[in-house]
Amino acid sequence: MAKDVLDIKAESAVMDTDKMWIIMGPQHPFSHGLWTLKIQVDGEIVKDAEPIVGYLHRGWEKEAEARSYPKIIPMADRLCYAASMTYTHLFCMTVEKALDIDVPEKAKYIRIVADEICRIQSHLMWLAAVGTDLGNFTVFLWCMREREFFMDLNVRLCGARMTTNYPRIGGVRNDTTELFDRDVMRCVERFEKVLMDDIVTLIDDSSVFVSRMKGVGYLTREQTVNLGITGPAMRGAGVDFDIRRDDPYDNYDKIDFDVPVMTQGDSYSRYQVRIEEMLQSCKIIRQAVQKVKALGKNAPYRLKVPSNVPAGRSTVRLEDPRGESLMYLISDGTDKPYRLKVRSPIFTNVSAAKPLVQGCRIADVPVVMAMIDMCLGETDR
Amino acid sequence: MDTDATYQAPSVDEIKTLLTERFAGKVNVTKTETRRVYATLPKEIVHEVCEYIHEKLTFEHISTVIGVDMVDYMQVVYHISNYHTGTMIELTTNLDNHDLHVQSISDIWVGGNWHERETYELFGIIFDGHPKLERLLTPDTYEFYPFRKSYKLRGQE
Repeated sequence: MAKDVLDIKAESAVMDTDKMWIIMGPQHPFSHGLWTLKIQVDGEIVKDAEPIVGYLHRGWEKEAEARSYPKIIPMADRLCYAASMTYTHLFCMTVEKALDIDVPEKAKYIRIVADEICRIQSHLMWLAAVGTDLGNFTVFLWCMREREFFMDLNVRLCGARMTTNYPRIGGVRNDTTELFDRDVMRCVERFEKVLMDDIVTLIDDSSVFVSRMKGVGYLTREQTVNLGITGPAMRGAGVDFDIRRDDPYDNYDKIDFDVPVMTQGDSYSRYQVRIEEMLQSCKIIRQAVQKVKALGKNAPYRLKVPSNVPAGRSTVRLEDPRGESLMYLISDGTDKPYRLKVRSPIFTNVSAAKPLVQGCRIADVPVVMAMIDMCLGETDR
Repeated sequence: MDTDATYQAPSVDEIKTLLTERFAGKVNVTKTETRRVYATLPKEIVHEVCEYIHEKLTFEHISTVIGVDMVDYMQVVYHISNYHTGTMIELTTNLDNHDLHVQSISDIWVGGNWHERETYELFGIIFDGHPKLERLLTPDTYEFYPFRKSYKLRGQE
């Protein structure tokens, strides 16, 4: 009898079990958009992974070649619905560099305020998504509630909530509305308290949250840099680099702020970097709003610019909420670009999915991938 | 300057001198700005120059690999950045329309992998030595390269 029974332990050590491919997506609660993550599992452990993107490819760059420069601004909004302001800002800066013009001081500061509001609302959207990924709906609801206040600021500034269509080549579309500075200050003041007292406490006091984030999705500094990961995901692995500080554009060099850097390199440190970044954004907004106010009501905020851009090439990069975004413009003297290339941070970040999830358990995959803050509009373009 | 030494945070002028001295007559530094170096080079030495920039000048990050269709010829543009100084080098190389091959740099920077795949599928530029040169954003069944100037949008034909 005993002979017929297999020794399971000894057998399983030598038995070659089939590895299984699991296809997560394109419609999956963790994917936050249309993309697929193929993972190969050996039992519970992920051995291999392959991201598949492209479901949303619209040929953005080709389409831009057929439009005149001002008509690309609303298109740039749609690159990423959660961070539309930064992409429009980037496009305007690229054309301004090609035109070789310097926009008015007031416009620069207004753009900084708009960018940072956009950064906070994008990070809040990410935090809400992390909440649902980790199974806590309260975080989702509270973050969405807080985000609404920043949406209202957008409405106060330009009338739209998400696709704002606000920066213009040569400045911004309109001056700040009356009492905008007061509203911003109130909103920021309140937000700092709520973020630290309510949301962060809720997450950090929960051992489930912390233990699911700590120690998963680990990458070293060298790996992170070589894989091309940028943004908060990079700063969570000890890379001390922020384009706003180290390669400043507009007036970021005249503003005092810190760049949060963590050295652990796991999901939890990426989360901490983003929380700290939101607080720093509040600091930037406070200073920039004061500068806008100090410049007075009659300061110019927009230049008249020619519709034809002289032949040449220009490259500008900007710190998007998700990482380094870059635009490369080739103009040929007409009113349409010859070639306009967009570098999206997520496009490169998601290509690092394999080293990120290798060795994790299946249950950890959503947590690890949540930390790169997927946005498909800019990935597929 | 010593072209074999390793520099962690070279200045723009140092980069210009080092590149022109090390690759004399081949790499042509066309323009420099604050934290920007623009250079052109023949396609045969792209990999060699990139390796030098990565190893000796400590440019750890590749931002993009861009394809450009200039109708008579094609171009590949590389943006490489340094995390210590915030400097970015822009390398431009020309490819003949009959020979759209260039050495892949994804063995130096893994982050260049998808950028090269994207340039391949949209422009038909072939990166030799790339680990997986397949279509990424467009369907596998496509037999044309949509971002070339010869491909017209509807209404433009």
